Amino acid sequence: MTAQSARIQQPSLGPLGWARWAWRNLTSMRTALLLLLLLAVAALPGSIWPQRSINPTRTSDYIARHPTMGPILDRLGFFEVYATPWFSAIYLLLLISLIGCVLPRTRIHLRHLRGRPPRVPARLDRLPAYAERDLDADPDVALASVKAALGRRYRVDVRDGHTLAAESGYAKETGNLLFHTALIGVIVGVAVGHVWGWKGDVIVPVGGSFSDTAINYDTLDPGPRVDTAKLPPFTLTLDRFDASFEDRVGGGQFGQPRDFSAYLRTTDSPGAPEQSHVLKVNHPVEMSGAAIFLLGNGYAADVTVKDSRGKVVYTGPTVFLARDNNYTSSGAIKVPGAQPKELGFFGNLLPTGVITQDQGPISIFPDARDPKMALGLYEGELNPGGLSGSVYTLNTKEMTQVKDTNGEPLRIWIAPGETVQLPGDRGSITFNKVVRWAGLSIRHDPAKDLTLWSSLLALAGLIASLLIRRRRVFARVEALPAGGSRVRLGALAKGDDSGLQDYLDRLAAGLPSR
Amino acid sequence: MTREVLEQYSLVSLYSAIVVLTLAMLGFIVYLARSAAAAPRDAVEPARADVLVGAGGPAVHRSPDGPGDDAASASGLVKARKAAGPARMLTGLATLLVGVSILFRGLSVHRPPLGNLHEFVAAASFVLLLSFCLWGLKRNVDWLGAFVTAPVLLMLGSATTFWYTEAAQLMPSLKSGWLVIHVTVATISVGVFTLAAMVGLAYLLVDRAEARGGGAPGRLAGLRRVLPPAPELERLSYGLHVIAFPLWTFTLIAGAIWARQAWASYWNWDPKEVWTFVIWVVYAAYLHARATTGISRQKATYIALAGFACIIINYSIVNMYFVGQHSYSGV
Ligand code: HEM
Repeated sequence: MTAQSARIQQPSLGPLGWARWAWRNLTSMRTALLLLLLLAVAALPGSIWPQRSINPTRTSDYIARHPTMGPILDRLGFFEVYATPWFSAIYLLLLISLIGCVLPRTRIHLRHLRGRPPRVPARLDRLPAYAERDLDADPDVALASVKAALGRRYRVDVRDGHTLAAESGYAKETGNLLFHTALIGVIVGVAVGHVWGWKGDVIVPVGGSFSDTAINYDTLDPGPRVDTAKLPPFTLTLDRFDASFEDRVGGGQFGQPRDFSAYLRTTDSPGAPEQSHVLKVNHPVEMSGAAIFLLGNGYAADVTVKDSRGKVVYTGPTVFLARDNNYTSSGAIKVPGAQPKELGFFGNLLPTGVITQDQGPISIFPDARDPKMALGLYEGELNPGGLSGSVYTLNTKEMTQVKDTNGEPLRIWIAPGETVQLPGDRGSITFNKVVRWAGLSIRHDPAKDLTLWSSLLALAGLIASLLIRRRRVFARVEALPAGGSRVRLGALAKGDDSGLQDYLDRLAAGLPSR
Repeated sequence: MTREVLEQYSLVSLYSAIVVLTLAMLGFIVYLARSAAAAPRDAVEPARADVLVGAGGPAVHRSPDGPGDDAASASGLVKARKAAGPARMLTGLATLLVGVSILFRGLSVHRPPLGNLHEFVAAASFVLLLSFCLWGLKRNVDWLGAFVTAPVLLMLGSATTFWYTEAAQLMPSLKSGWLVIHVTVATISVGVFTLAAMVGLAYLLVDRAEARGGGAPGRLAGLRRVLPPAPELERLSYGLHVIAFPLWTFTLIAGAIWARQAWASYWNWDPKEVWTFVIWVVYAAYLHARATTGISRQKATYIALAGFACIIINYSIVNMYFVGQHSYSGV
C-alpha cells in the first residue's frame, strides 16, 4: 500500500474532504428527491393563510382576528411564504443541486455521444433480452445484415468481424439534460423578473390621463434593483369605458359581468405619435417597456361642492371602490378648501340604488341604471398632523359629524343632476354625473421571455426524456460447423422497457436467412 | 331548443350515466369477487398461466385455462366472466351518455363546456371512461373496471350535486383561448392521473397479497388471482404517469400564459396555482424516486398516490373554500 492510498483511507476528512462529501450528497438523486418533497410541503401554507404580497388587507384582518397565533405565524413568515428564508433556502439548494447534477452529466453525455458504444459483454444470454437465430449466410454477411436490420436509429460499431455493439436513443439523455437545464433557466427567469421587474396599479376615470412616473401610481411595487426615476415615459388617456352585465333574470348569473372594454389613446414618449387601443380583460396593450392590463373597474362620482357664497371649492370625479358584485361602492369626497372648516363627505355610490330595510342603501344591479349617492358629512381637520390617510375613507379623529335640523346625523340621498343644500352656512353639493373608471395594472418583466422559452424547452426535453427509449443491442456471430452461422443477440435498456424482448425477437426473425 | 331545455337534457343524460355506471360498477365488483372466490383455496402457486404476456406495454391478462385449474374454479371463472361482459357494455353506454351530456351543455352555453367545476369534472370523467373503453378494445382490462367506475361515480355524483352550476356564459377574465387549452389539457391529464393512481393502488394491494404469500386467506389473496402480478401493475402505473405528467406540465405552462394575459403576471401564488405547482412537484418527485436506486417501487408509488391526493384536494377543497382569483368554479 502506498503512502498516498493509506492517507485516503483515513477516516478523518479534512475541510476539502468534507466539502466534497457535502457536494456529493447535495447533488445526489436522493437529496434532489428530498428537496422536491420539501418544496411541495413548504409551498402549501401559502394557499392556506392569506399572503401579504397578494392581499394585504385580508392578511392584516387575519392577524387582527387571531391575536395569539397571528403574530407567531407572522414571525415565522407564514404570510409571506414565498419570500421567507426557509422557502428560499429550499429552492436555492435545489438550484445548486440541479447545477451540480447537470454539469457532470452533460460532460459524461458528451463523451458518450462522441465515443463508441460500449464493449460487447461476454455472455449475451445473461442480458435482460436475448435471442438467437441460425442463418445460412457466412458470419460476416450475417453481421452486416444485423447492422442493416438495426437501421439508422442505432449507432453501430462493428468490432472484429464477428461482434457488434449498437446503441440508440441518445436523445433520451439529451432530453433529460435539456429538461433540467431549462429548469435552471426558469428559476433564473423568475428571479430576474423579481429583481428587475416592476408593477404598478392606477385608477383612471373616463376622460382622465396618466403619465408613467412613480408618483402617479396609486401603488408601485418595484423590484429591488429598479430605478423608479427611469420608468418608460409613456402616457395614456382613457376616452371611454364600456361594461356589460348579464341582465337575463334567472339562470343564477344575473348581474355577472360579460364584457369590459377600455378605449385608450397612448404615446410611447412625449411628442411621439398617438395610438388607439381597445384594452380588454385578457388582452393587454403592449407598450415599449411595459404592458397595460385591465384588472378592475368601478364608478366615480363627478361632484361640485360650492361654499355659501356660490364659489366652487371642489369639482371633479371622485373614485369610489366597489364592495360587492353589484358595485355598491364606498368612498369619500374630501373638500379641504371649504370654509370655515374642512368638509369630508363619506358614504356609498350606488349604480342602481335603493334603500332597503335591513341593509340600508345598496345597489341591486352592477350597471348604472339608476345611480344614487348616500352620503354623510363630517367637518373639521381632514389630515390631522399633516398625514394624509386613504383617499377612500375619512380619518374622523379631528372631525365632528354634521347634524341636520332635527339633530340627527345628516343623510344625503342624491341622484345625478340634483343639488343638495348643506345645513348651516356650509354651501351645497351637486352630483353632476357618474363616470366609470378603469383599474389598470402596468407591468414590466424583463425576463418573461426567458421564463417562457425555458419552460417550453423544459417541456420538450421532458417529453423526449420520458418517451424515447435508450437501448443497447449486442450481436455475436459464429460460424457453424455445417456451414452458415449462428447469430446471438442481446439487449439492455435504460429504465423500463417492456417491449425489449419483443423487439429483439422481431429483429432476429427479420434477418434474411442468406 | 332553448338554453334551459338543452341544459335539462344535459343533466338528464348525466343522471342516466350515473345509473348505468352504478350497474356497471356492480358488475365489475361481482366479476372481481367471483374470480377471487373461484381461485383454488390452497393457492400455493396459483396457476400463473393466467397472467401476462407483457408485450410492448400494458399487461395482457388471459383467463386461466391452464391444466392446473380444478373444475369448480373453472366454472367459477366462467361465471365471473359472465358478469364482466355486461359491465363492459354498460360502461360503454355510460361513456356515451356522459359525452352526450357534455355536448348538450356545450350547445346550451355556446362555448366549450369547460368553464366551471361541474363541467370540468364531467369532462375529466369522460376522458377517464373513454380511455378505459378504448383500452378495453385492445386488451382485457376487466380487472380494472371496478377501479375506474367507482371513482368516476364519485366524480359524477359530486358534479351533479354540490358542484352543480347552472349553464351560463363566462366571466370576462375566463374568455380566452388559453382557458380552453389549459383546461382541456388539465382534464385529460387528471383523467390519466386517476387511471394511473387506480392502477398504482391495485399494485399496492396485489403486492401486499403477494408478500403475505399464497397461504394467506381472505380477499387480498383472491385479488392476487384476478389482477395482473404486482411488477406488471407497477410498470403499467408508471407508464400512465409518464403520459399524464407532461400533460400536467403543459397545463402549468398554459395556465401561466393565461394568468399573464388576465392578471398581468404569470405567477401570483394564488391557491389554485400553489396546488397546481405542488401537484407537479410531487409527481416530479415520484418520477425521481422511481429512477433513484435504493428507493423501493412501493415507496415511489406512495409518492404518486400522494400526488393524486393533492389533485383531489385541489379540485374539492381548494375550489370551494380557498379565496383566490380562480373563482371560476362557480360554486
Ligand atoms: C427542480 C428540480 C427537479 C425536477 C423538477 C426534476 C424532475 C425530473 C423529472 C420529471 C424526471 C423524469 C424524467 C425521466 O424519468 O426520464 C427527472 C429525471 C432525472 N433527474 Fe431530475 N429533477 C429535478 C432536479 C434534479 C436534480 C437536482 C438532480 C441531480 C441529482 C436530478 C437528476 C435526475 C436524473 C439523473 C434523472 C434521470 C432519471 C432516469 O430516468 O434515470 N434531478 N427529473
